[in-house]
Amino acid sequence: MVEAGRSPNIEILTNSDLLSIKGKPGSFKAKIVQRPRYIIAEDCTACGLCTTYCPRHQEDEYNENLNITRPIHIDYPQAVPATYYIDPRSCLSLTHDTCQICVPVCQSKAIDFSQKPEEKTLEVGAVIMSPGFGRISEETLAKYSYGKHADVVTSIEFERLLNPSGPFAGEVRCLSDNRHPHKIAFIQCVGSRDIGCGNGYCSSVCCMYAIKEAMVAKEHDPEAEITVYYMDIRTQGKDFDAAQKRALDKGIKFVRAKVADVMPWGDHLRLTYSTLDGNHSFKPYDMVVLSVGLESPPDAQKLADMGGFKLNKYDFCATDTFTPLATSKDGILVAGAFNGPMDIPESVTQSSGAAGIASGLIKKQRGKSLIHKTYPDEKKMGDEVRIGVFVCHCGINIGSVVDVPDVSTYAGDMEGVVYYTESMYSCSQDAQEVLKDKIKEHDLNRVVIAACSPRTHEPLFQETLKDAGLNRSLFEMVNIRDQCSWVHATEPDAATDKSKDLVRMAVAKARHIQPLPEQTVPVNKTGIVVGGGIAGMTAALNLADQGFNCSLIEKQDSLGGNYKKLVHTKKLIDQVKKHKLVSVYTNSGLQQTSGFVGNFSSIISSGKGTKAKEVTLDHGVIIIATGANEHRPETVLGNTIKYSKNIVTQSELAEQLEGKGKSRAPKSVVMIQCAGSRGDDLNYCSKTCCTTAVENALTIKKINPDSQVIMLYRDIRTYGYAEDLYQEAREKGVLFIPYEMDNKPSIAEKGSKLTVSFFDPILQDDITMNPQMVALSVGMVPEETDTLSKLLKVPVTADKFFMEAHVKLRPVELPVDGVYVCGLAHSPKPVNEIIAQAQAASAKAAMPLVKGYVTVDPIVSNVDKETCIGCKLCTSLCPYQAIRMVKDENNRPKAETIVASCKACGICASHCPTFAISMGGFTNQQINSQIEAFGRDIKEKETETA
Amino acid sequence: MSEEEYNPKILGFLCNWCCYAAADAAGVSRYQYPPNLRTIRVMCTGRIDPSFVLRGFVEGAAGIFTGG
Repeated sequence: MVEAGRSPNIEILTNSDLLSIKGKPGSFKAKIVQRPRYIIAEDCTACGLCTTYCPRHQEDEYNENLNITRPIHIDYPQAVPATYYIDPRSCLSLTHDTCQICVPVCQSKAIDFSQKPEEKTLEVGAVIMSPGFGRISEETLAKYSYGKHADVVTSIEFERLLNPSGPFAGEVRCLSDNRHPHKIAFIQCVGSRDIGCGNGYCSSVCCMYAIKEAMVAKEHDPEAEITVYYMDIRTQGKDFDAAQKRALDKGIKFVRAKVADVMPWGDHLRLTYSTLDGNHSFKPYDMVVLSVGLESPPDAQKLADMGGFKLNKYDFCATDTFTPLATSKDGILVAGAFNGPMDIPESVTQSSGAAGIASGLIKKQRGKSLIHKTYPDEKKMGDEVRIGVFVCHCGINIGSVVDVPDVSTYAGDMEGVVYYTESMYSCSQDAQEVLKDKIKEHDLNRVVIAACSPRTHEPLFQETLKDAGLNRSLFEMVNIRDQCSWVHATEPDAATDKSKDLVRMAVAKARHIQPLPEQTVPVNKTGIVVGGGIAGMTAALNLADQGFNCSLIEKQDSLGGNYKKLVHTKKLIDQVKKHKLVSVYTNSGLQQTSGFVGNFSSIISSGKGTKAKEVTLDHGVIIIATGANEHRPETVLGNTIKYSKNIVTQSELAEQLEGKGKSRAPKSVVMIQCAGSRGDDLNYCSKTCCTTAVENALTIKKINPDSQVIMLYRDIRTYGYAEDLYQEAREKGVLFIPYEMDNKPSIAEKGSKLTVSFFDPILQDDITMNPQMVALSVGMVPEETDTLSKLLKVPVTADKFFMEAHVKLRPVELPVDGVYVCGLAHSPKPVNEIIAQAQAASAKAAMPLVKGYVTVDPIVSNVDKETCIGCKLCTSLCPYQAIRMVKDENNRPKAETIVASCKACGICASHCPTFAISMGGFTNQQINSQIEAFGRDIKEKETETA
Repeated sequence: MSEEEYNPKILGFLCNWCCYAAADAAGVSRYQYPPNLRTIRVMCTGRIDPSFVLRGFVEGAAGIFTGG
């Protein structure tokens, strides 16, 4: 959000409504009206004085109306834009023409009651619809006494209760009497999977957020008893099952049950539920959290009418499996929850993809009316070291463990520190303004921020430094969250001591930091895509559509991958072959890659034996789309499996069902879900198997309605709209019977006779039957990620899928710059998600290509030619061939760094016999001073005891 | 000296790309470990000059941890 707020090329119009859209791709006219804020945004300093003087109270919508604010307010300190706002519905001046106390109070004269709604017409080439989601109606919630009892809250309200900026400053309290709830129940599927309220779909995100909220609540109060009542736990996302396991380990209880009702019961709430065995029970709770689903946005129909695109039957935007980000109207795209319920990683992926498609639509205009950000000239550095130390609370993340004021005061006593302070969120936009102001006010020439990890936040603060006229290298970060408060949560004193030590070491280093010059390197404007399945072809085409040459490398002898048979795949293959900018290499693989973002060089080997040949390609980016294969476990739930025509996988069954004649549908089939998945052999859920199995079950029922189909499952994970299929399958008579891991089904084969035994929790009895067929819902395993991982030096998860740079914020980028991932190589997912992800990966990959250059971190090595004796030790040691020998004016050999290839590892510096090589940002002097500062505390303690 | 009182300070050199990243990941997963380590981030363990290790001991480190 802060990044978007900062970009000079993103105009943010808040308080605005869309009135109409007219036109065609490349030239739309969008009419909007911007409602008055009654505050001049440029003048408002967000000091908050107006709010303290405003006499009127109103409910705080940002905090779900759980506490009180004033008509003139800001939702939260990190809001973008960081400007106050007057709510015209409650302001005395705007409703009764009185008051206006705020006007003279405001020191910067930013309040302007004369503002009027302003209509604007925007000329744009493409439109992206991302209005988010709506709320489940209170009528649906009322079934659970919501609105009747204050301690029945929605999960959104509960999230605010958990939040440090929430109504009780992060304390979880009952709204009825402010006591801390000891027993908390979560009820899943409220307003989802509920035909009664018209929402037949599964909202996909509620299981995971309920687990997260339950875990955070447990962190707040380890004694709290938390129970989640669910129908199926749908943690189908990447590594989500592991999160549920952590919740179980923490003592959170999960009960498979339908909740009948929630009623007030003295001071408490009584929750009545029925379990599968037909028993009804009730339990008292202090607080009941309703895990509300995602509804379509309230103005969905209005938007659809204006844009001229269609909605689906649930009033979300209608999209096609193969064009998941396109509305039914050309040039109007959709991203996020308006496209159907989805979580943050998927929303971010979709928005990147949509932005990429939009960028393709307006490529002719590319570069025009672009604003390049300029920075003030770097100010001259005096000799005096003036360090500013900023210690962050990170809400309660740091502040609840580490004594932040103590650490901050401690820093104030250090040599060279002229300013120190603490902040609630040092990464917020308002904090950046404070940082800039303080740099100017105190003439700071080094900044130390004690907060989270430099790996994620250093660039943000460095940007602020540049804005304040400081070289970005004059910065040091202390990690007191990820590597301190989070890992020493139960030892506040020790964590505070550690924070002090780390701050002391950072300040010691900061004293020796010098400004380093910025360097840029041009980019080779081509890409390669590894893997020619749906994901790879989509990514390659997308990149090519944006105007970049692209090589598509496929291991097999033809394109198509797992989905070769789909009509859509055939169309893609055709497009790829016809596209002038895509070159296809089949029977090929990536042999070797060197270089860095913008300047990679790869060897592609093709063919085998005498036909084998190698080509070297220079390229700017790499997209990995190597996919996954069907897993064929030899043992399923403890049963040895021999695959035959009677024991098949779901994909084999699907193939059989494609044929002709009624006999292709088995007369009786037992489908076994999670065969070899979720801890059986593979540890993870493969996300697609439930839907595939239900689809096959429906096909069987369509061919032969008399076929008996029984599905044994752990949790049916037909998330999103696939829930409709699950509903239909039950209506058509498919039997769904859950099994537990401590009472697994058994499969035996004697001759051609199959015997399957399992426990039926409804009949409360063991059942044995002889089906004609057993269909195993096996998962998928990533394809050879190990080799590529080593080749490109990118990490994989424990399950061998590629690990993205940040799960939520950078879901298609890998930690190595210029390398992107999409499709099944990232994690199991269905086709529509694969395509959206491929579109996102190519959009991200196009960014350096469009820009045309990359900035090299100024931390590379630098050889002092005076001290260098030309021994060549460094050139032989450098793993990146980033040092070459040159002759100086006296014809003596000297080492020289090739900055673009240097990865700043420092091997050269640590081996140089004459200390001629210095690493920017990691000089000997800096590291030595850190070590000395580390020892100072120990020595002081020794002196004390002596 | 009893075991409870033994509270050594360990100096760690962490590679930015692997061990430092892993230490961040440990935080994200809320793994708990003893608070005795003080770290210095380097861009690669190859940056660690042997003299850094020796200096660490001179300055009173009970142990040196290198993660890369």
